[in-house]
Amino acid sequence: MSDAELVTSNIPRLIQDEIESPPLSLRQLTWRRFRRHKMAMFGGVVLIILIFYSFGGSFFLSESYANHTDTNIRLDAPSSIHPFGTDTVGRDILARTIYGGQISLLIGLTAVIIETIAGVLIGAAAGYYGGWIDAILMRITEAMLNIPEIFLLIVMAKEFGGKVPTITFLGREFSGSLIVIIMIIGLTSWMYLARIVRAEFLSLKENDFVLAARSTGTSNAGIIFKHILPNSIAPIIVSATLGVANAILAEAYISFLGLGVQPPTATWGNMLDGANNYLESAPWLWFFPGLLILLTVLSINFLGDGLRDALDPRSRAV
Amino acid sequence: MINTTTPLLQVEDLRTRFHIPEGTVFAVNGISFTINEGETLAVVGESGCGKSVTMLSILGLIPIPPGEIVSGKAIFRAKDLIKLPESEFEHLRGDELAMVFQDPMTSLNPVLTIGKQITETLRTHLGINQEEAEKRAVELLDRVGIPEAASRLGNYPHQFSGGMRQRVMIAIALSCDPSLLIADEPTTALDVTIQAQIVELVLHLRELLHMTIIWITHDLGVVAGMADRVIVMYAGFIVEEALVDDLYDNPRHPYTLALLAALPRVDRRRDRRLNSIPGAPPNLLVEPKWCPFAPRCTYVIDRCWIENPSLELIAPAHKIACWVDVSLTLDGSRS
Repeated sequence: MSDAELVTSNIPRLIQDEIESPPLSLRQLTWRRFRRHKMAMFGGVVLIILIFYSFGGSFFLSESYANHTDTNIRLDAPSSIHPFGTDTVGRDILARTIYGGQISLLIGLTAVIIETIAGVLIGAAAGYYGGWIDAILMRITEAMLNIPEIFLLIVMAKEFGGKVPTITFLGREFSGSLIVIIMIIGLTSWMYLARIVRAEFLSLKENDFVLAARSTGTSNAGIIFKHILPNSIAPIIVSATLGVANAILAEAYISFLGLGVQPPTATWGNMLDGANNYLESAPWLWFFPGLLILLTVLSINFLGDGLRDALDPRSRAV
Repeated sequence: MINTTTPLLQVEDLRTRFHIPEGTVFAVNGISFTINEGETLAVVGESGCGKSVTMLSILGLIPIPPGEIVSGKAIFRAKDLIKLPESEFEHLRGDELAMVFQDPMTSLNPVLTIGKQITETLRTHLGINQEEAEKRAVELLDRVGIPEAASRLGNYPHQFSGGMRQRVMIAIALSCDPSLLIADEPTTALDVTIQAQIVELVLHLRELLHMTIIWITHDLGVVAGMADRVIVMYAGFIVEEALVDDLYDNPRHPYTLALLAALPRVDRRRDRRLNSIPGAPPNLLVEPKWCPFAPRCTYVIDRCWIENPSLELIAPAHKIACWVDVSLTLDGSRS
């Protein structure tokens, strides 16, 4: 008895955690892999700073200040009073990049929500039901893809822009064109996502767990949303992240062409409208909003790349 | 086994086909059988003989297209399952009719927790809230022998071993106390010791819940230990149906004989090769007009090539589909 005790006491004792560390959840694994991705971490940090800049800035400068025009100080170069200079009607560019950033980021996010809803619903229906539903939905998708997005955007912006009255939301006034732009961007960008979701559903629906779910009386809707969709969430997240960058760029295109969100509501895109006339004489007109668009799109793309790698189950880098 | 009450499930002349680019697959060709309340029916046969397709047809889980149920009835509690609309079927599946699948590694959704997958079925059919459903889920996991059930509800399928997953699948199948459990080769994907555990578990639960079970397998060893009655299938036909002891003592169809002869036996010399059935299973793309087993049959006669025998009663509760009386030809003994 005492011999046995002597022997066992020499064996180093393992605490429970060392014997079997609890398995990591998908979230923990993803975070671990994401942290290793330097560019993605950089993108994430820059994006957070930009969000603080846009939303925190409104505590220091009011919106009426951003929309205040004073032709006496038009096209002033950056100074201590107007650090980013003033625009063609004498508005402070710093304040406008702050409020424009809110709108641009808002457009990016909401347009992607619309894009994701449309893309997931269409892709899921096509992939899950197959047959003629798939054929019709995919032909529509291909037809949409065949029209260059920029023309579609311009035509739709011209057609619907200005038809929606100004709206008041959270005590602030927004140009009605904002809603139009969000809808247009959302509804012209779902096609790639729909194809991704369809492909995911096509392969996932053949899994045994789908048959097993049906054998327990799960309805089609239950199988689509509770069983298959959670399995295809990774590519959807990646696609949506990159979609935010594309939506911000799309808004910049059409606003630059003067068809986007109408002043006085500022966006990074419509601040560039007209700046092409002052490329050399007043570079601060395009430099600051342009830089902010560049930084945002770049950091979102890095973030998306990082998420793609981190969410890929085949990636073994832990 | 002769029961005067109506059977729990009565299948009549079920024919299921699949239309694929290469032609039509004649998967199930006019199958009729019944199962009584409390009975355990084993369905045996080699891969591709239509065992699973028969059960999936009964449960309305055949994808249409490419599948097509050409004819047949499956009367369950005065309802014909073959003609039942999908909306009504959803209430029946998982509640009255439950199924356990072959491969527990793929039958659970990898991204949902075990708890979620069990409570989902409970909530769909019993209309209880999440809290009650979780309580019941713990009881169910406990019942199928999963230790520390309460703490495992939040676990994902990959955190369970194969045997444990099959236990979870059984728990899900049994969650609403089904009247009929269809087990589609539930032990095939598991190793032998786990197989024995799962069989034991099902036997125990059968006693406990007075379940009616259809057990699909190609393991005749498992059948002997648990079934009341056995159906032997070949190429989409039932070739022999008998009480379990009858089948082993007095097999009457050449295919059953060959199957039993192919079983490995402990009392035989180990260096002997296992018996096999010569030839290959028939091509199911050809509509069967003669006996599908004829090309591989040692008792084949001319008539086998002309006409396909139907399933006939040859002794009490013993049916075969064969033109030849095997017991006369070779005294029923082969080795």
